[in-house]
Amino acid sequence: MSFWNDPLKVAAGWLEGILTGWGMNAIAAHVLTVFLGVLILIVLLMVLDIFLVWIERKVVARFQDRLGPNRVGPFGLIQPFADIIKLIIKEDTTPANADKALYNLAPILSMMSVLILWAIVPLAPVMLGTDLNVGALFLIAAGAIGTLSIIMAGWGSNNKFALLGGFRQVAVMISFEVPMLTMLLIPTIFAGSMNMNAIINAQNVWYVWLSPLGALIFLIAAIAELGRSPFDLAEGESELVSGFNIEYSGMKFGMFYAGELLHAFTYGGFLAILFFGGYRFFGLEQVSPFLAILILILKAMFGYWVIMWVKYTMMRIRIDQMLSFNWKFLTPLSFALLLVTALMNALLSSAPTWLYVSGMILANILTGWIALEIARSATRQERERTEGIKQPAEVRH
Amino acid sequence: MTAQQIIFLIAAIYTLASGVLTVTSRNLIHAAFWLISAFFGVAAIYALLNANFIAIVQIVVYVGAIAILFIFAVMLTRRDLRVSEHRLNKGWQIGAALAAALFVGMVSMLAQWSGFTKTADAFPTQFDAVGALGEALTSPNAYVLPFEVASALLLAALVGAVYVAFNPRADENSEAQK
Repeated sequence: MSFWNDPLKVAAGWLEGILTGWGMNAIAAHVLTVFLGVLILIVLLMVLDIFLVWIERKVVARFQDRLGPNRVGPFGLIQPFADIIKLIIKEDTTPANADKALYNLAPILSMMSVLILWAIVPLAPVMLGTDLNVGALFLIAAGAIGTLSIIMAGWGSNNKFALLGGFRQVAVMISFEVPMLTMLLIPTIFAGSMNMNAIINAQNVWYVWLSPLGALIFLIAAIAELGRSPFDLAEGESELVSGFNIEYSGMKFGMFYAGELLHAFTYGGFLAILFFGGYRFFGLEQVSPFLAILILILKAMFGYWVIMWVKYTMMRIRIDQMLSFNWKFLTPLSFALLLVTALMNALLSSAPTWLYVSGMILANILTGWIALEIARSATRQERERTEGIKQPAEVRH
Repeated sequence: MTAQQIIFLIAAIYTLASGVLTVTSRNLIHAAFWLISAFFGVAAIYALLNANFIAIVQIVVYVGAIAILFIFAVMLTRRDLRVSEHRLNKGWQIGAALAAALFVGMVSMLAQWSGFTKTADAFPTQFDAVGALGEALTSPNAYVLPFEVASALLLAALVGAVYVAFNPRADENSEAQK
């Protein structure tokens, strides 16, 4: 076992050896080593987060036919550091009559709800954080902490716009948790486990081929959980100024902003893990753990790019449209898809791979098509009821 | 004392302190947040008992759904959320004495039990606790009937809630306005 094959274990063993050599208790040395490992992961994620700001601004500039940051450093690479210095030296304001404890706790919890997700991300076959057997549910539980932080920020700020933004965002988050949890069950059915590493190991065929509709619904629910456009009702600059984080200044606002970017990247990572094979890519992950991490990051970046692409090309939808889209369309569709997937999985369990995959794809397409037809006829009836039956348009020459 | 016992004591004291603060805070919103903190403490104790699934479900259901609904309900009420009257009534000394007596009685009874000082056995390796739970809940030889009865009860509660919230007359009015 060398450093290049299993870097985590070798490094941890080396460090524990040194610590016990200094006369430290074995258990204490182990706890300290694990703690240092977590600290290193968090530091790396925060450094990545700094560059995500740059990536986000560059990509949105491309989408909007601009250049983006290009003055500070080569390609504007130093720009995020300049932003951070600005955020740190800004005056830290607290609104009058704010609920100080909740007001100050909210940005910390917001960041925590993102960082805690990385505890279950398998970075490489030999580099797992916690090999939790209920990984899929852990994702939802961490989301609950995020919801809590937003309601804390909305309440603690003592500002009506902040409270309204917080309410809206929480309404979105708890509604879209339902389709998201349902879609997390689809990889669970295929893999027979909720463990993230087991889900990756079972993906000899990427699950996006088995359940393209499931991947799409997961992506939509993830965007809604993030509160990004077209679901950025909490921000609603035109009506709510900036939503739940309006009263925050300096690094406290920075925590929300950085948390959102890292959250988007993290959901890109979970999309990759659940539907695109995680760190697996034609056996390359067996060559070196570092290559596996690179593959996972590239896949996560792809998911992040899709989320940005949606954000900067779609406009915001109204809250009633969004809630009825979730409860009347997405939730029944995800339940139906779950039932169909479970049924097909049982029927085709002994079928050869090509039949299994094509059967699953056909079932997905059929479910999606039926759902769209039902939605189309329902909206047509609704339109006829409110606007009256339209005469067929005259033939134009 | 083992590390597990120390963690248990910390989690237990944390849960109890949060519980006390839940019932004694003057601000109703703070009480709701202390309740959430108590839920996290209980989840930590479940995790210590090797019940990962129950611990996560505790957070998903209680923190993610029920506590958020509590906070919504509290925030949507119009009354001033601060309570000004005294938070303990006259019988608190009797209550405290009864609770202490109950605690001492339970501990002295449990101390006579042979398993009192035993530590829990470790799980056998490769034991799939979540899989075992899932099979127990759906197997006819185990708990499929209570599981189905509970789900029917929840469905009935859901239908009932929709029926109570649904006001056909208001719907007709909005139709007429259109």
